[in-house]
This record gives sequence, structure tokens and C-alpha cells, in this order.
Amino acid sequence: MSAALRYAVMRSTATLATLLVAAILALPLGTAGAGEPAWLPKPARGRGDKCVADTAWMRRNHMTALSHQRDSTVHDGIRTSRFSLKECIDCHAVKGADGKPVTVASEKHFCRTCHDYAAVQIDCFECHASRPEAKAATTGETAPERSPASGVSALAQYLRSVGQ
Amino acid sequence: MSCGLKSGTGCGSGGACGCASASASARGDGVDDARRNFLRGAAAATVTTLAAGVTLYSFGAEPAAARGPDEKVTSKVRWGLLIDASKCGDGCTACVTACQIENGWRDTGHPETDAQWIRKLMVKNPKNGATFSLPMMCQHCADPPCVDVCPTGASFKRADGIVLVDKHICIGCRYCMMACPYKARSFVHEPLEDQKPYAPRGKGTVESCTLCVHRVDAGRIPACVEACNDTGGGAMLFGDLNDPSNEISKRVAMYRTTRIRADLGCEPGVYYRNI
Repeated sequence: MSAALRYAVMRSTATLATLLVAAILALPLGTAGAGEPAWLPKPARGRGDKCVADTAWMRRNHMTALSHQRDSTVHDGIRTSRFSLKECIDCHAVKGADGKPVTVASEKHFCRTCHDYAAVQIDCFECHASRPEAKAATTGETAPERSPASGVSALAQYLRSVGQ
Repeated sequence: MSCGLKSGTGCGSGGACGCASASASARGDGVDDARRNFLRGAAAATVTTLAAGVTLYSFGAEPAAARGPDEKVTSKVRWGLLIDASKCGDGCTACVTACQIENGWRDTGHPETDAQWIRKLMVKNPKNGATFSLPMMCQHCADPPCVDVCPTGASFKRADGIVLVDKHICIGCRYCMMACPYKARSFVHEPLEDQKPYAPRGKGTVESCTLCVHRVDAGRIPACVEACNDTGGGAMLFGDLNDPSNEISKRVAMYRTTRIRADLGCEPGVYYRNI
């Protein structure tokens, strides 16, 4: 076999392989929506009517969106909620047998449903919380607002109450 | 700087030391500038009626509006702390407890390796036995040695002066722990679960005081300062060192303050009084 022929065969094999992979990837996504095959994972629906982006787009791009958001949050202090991991976790929480949201240790966890199926390991939860915070036991963001500016309004309220 | 003051000595909040008038007059329009600033201030004067007979006059620029969630942090702000050691109770650990609850770190029975984002120190003069206590945490240096030594860029200083670890790119080499003169950083040795959603922390990464960056971004004050005001001695004050109208800047300008190991030239953002 000449070098040129061998090269041509290699190229066509590579193209064929690419097409095959593309076809496999497109298969479940193409049938997404109305008649999804039974063997596809069924991740828990979030609260509300729809996700922050189209489902097909989220399937392909959620990791990029999360990765972009993480950099802008950590370095620039941008804390918008659209692609925030915390919002994903809050919205797509799955309740376990005890009525509490499950952690990523459970197979029912929203992220795990697909990631187990696709055999893609997630590292997010090595550091991040994998379930919404229990409301009572915190002084965190759920605590009543105590900004430095509230001092004046609090004083105004107090003085009004004294004056009356 | 050409105003005859050595930068870093006696210069309370970054570059805002008494050089402004010198540089204005150097431009030859100092008087005009002063008039313009006065008029601007007058235009921005506001009157707030708190209650019948009680009126709050505020003269000068309005305090900076809270940053929106989609706006980047800017270097116009320099967050800092002023800690008055004379008000810091010897046995009081309100700040430490508040930080633990807020950020989810705790004692796990391994004192040699447990994380310490903030700790109480008892300082004793061996000559005369005089003691006082103070809280010690990340000093949020303007020139942080931890950032200098980080091989991956994980240790970084935010535009508003808060020194953080980007745990996404931290490889856990712990150079920053070696470099920090304040022993402010900790390494997480054990796997963790159920972290606080707004304070992610995990095995194999270095961590330290974040000045409660999630609260600061929401326009609130750090948990330690809040706890010290509520249940402690009211020794801690948080604010913007770049804003001369801020309480912390006024006090730093008014009183003699100390920055621990100021001789190292790291320009910490944490000021102490009475130490």
C-alpha cells in the first residue's frame, strides 16, 4: 500500500469515527422531549416552569456556563444567580426518604442521575455543598439583613416609635 | 510620591495621606479645585428627617451605592478592619465562634491540623507580666506574600483588597502557608461534607479568612465583626479604608494604630489599637 493510499484510508477512517460519535451523541438529544427512549436518565425537574436555559443547550453547555460563572464570582465578585451552582442545587434538590434533600452520595441526586449514566466524574462537590442549606442552623445569607446602612433607618424607626 | 512622606509610614489608608493638597497646589489650581469640591459637596448635601424634631444633615458625597450582583469589584474600595485590643475580652471567643458557624469550619479533634480561620491570641509581656488578647486572622495585605509565592495563581488579591484562595486552581502545595507571616492559612486534611453553600471548602486545598466575602458582596459586614458588636466587646470595626468619610478611615486617621509586623512591608488591611 502506498503512503498516499494509506493516508487516505486513515483519513476516511477518522472521518467515519467522527461521524459515528456525532450520530451517537445526536441520537438521544434528537429524540429529547416528546418520545425519549426509556433508557435515558430522567433527572429531577427543578422548581418553576423552565430552566435558566433551553434543556438541549444545558445538556451540552452547563459545564462551560458553570466554569465561566465560577471565575467571575471568585475573582470579580459577580454573584448573579443564572448560572450559579448554588441556584442549580437549590432548584433541583431531590428529597430522600427522610424528607430532607439528598447529598451527592445518593444515586437520586440531580447531578448524579446523568453523570452516573455518562460515567463522568464530578469534582464540584469535593468542596461545594451538594444540597441546599438547612434553613434554621445558620447565620448565613438566610439571616435577617444587617447591613451597615440599616443603622440609620433603625435609628429613625426607634425615634419615631419614641416620638409617638 | 513626591510629598516627602515615605509611603507606608504614617500613611493611614493606602495612598490617602496628607499629600493631596501638595499635589493640588503643584498643578497651580488648588484653590479652584477646593471651590469645585466644596460646591460639589454642597450639591450632594442631603437632609434626612429621622423623626419630628430630629434631622440628620449629611454633607458631601453620598456613600457609595451598594454594588449590584452583576458588577465587578473595583479598587475604589479597600476593605479593612480596625481592632481595639483594649475592648477585646480575654476569655471572649465570640468572633471565632461566629466565624466557625458562618463558614462551617470546626475542631475535629486534631488540633495540630485543624483549620483556623481566626484565633484568639493572648499576648504577655514577660518583663512585667502585662497581658492582653487580640483576634488574629488573614491581614488582607496590600502586598500579600502568599500571592507572590503561589505557583498556580490560586492565591490572589481581589480588586477591593480581599485576599482569597481560588480553590478551583489550588493544588495544595502550601507555599502560601509558609510565606504568610501571620500563620493565617490552613490546609484541609480530611474529606468534608455539608459545607456552607456560600463558603466552599475541601480536602487538599488551602483556606483562610475571606473577610466574609459573600456577606461583603451582599452589602453586609463580616460575621466576626457582627458577633463582636452583638455579644463581644465591640472591639472590631469593618469598613472601606479608601473612603475618608467612613468611620474606620476617620478612626485610623485620628488614633495611633499599629499593624502587626508592619516592618515586613506587606501593608496589612487590619489595623490594631492599644497593642
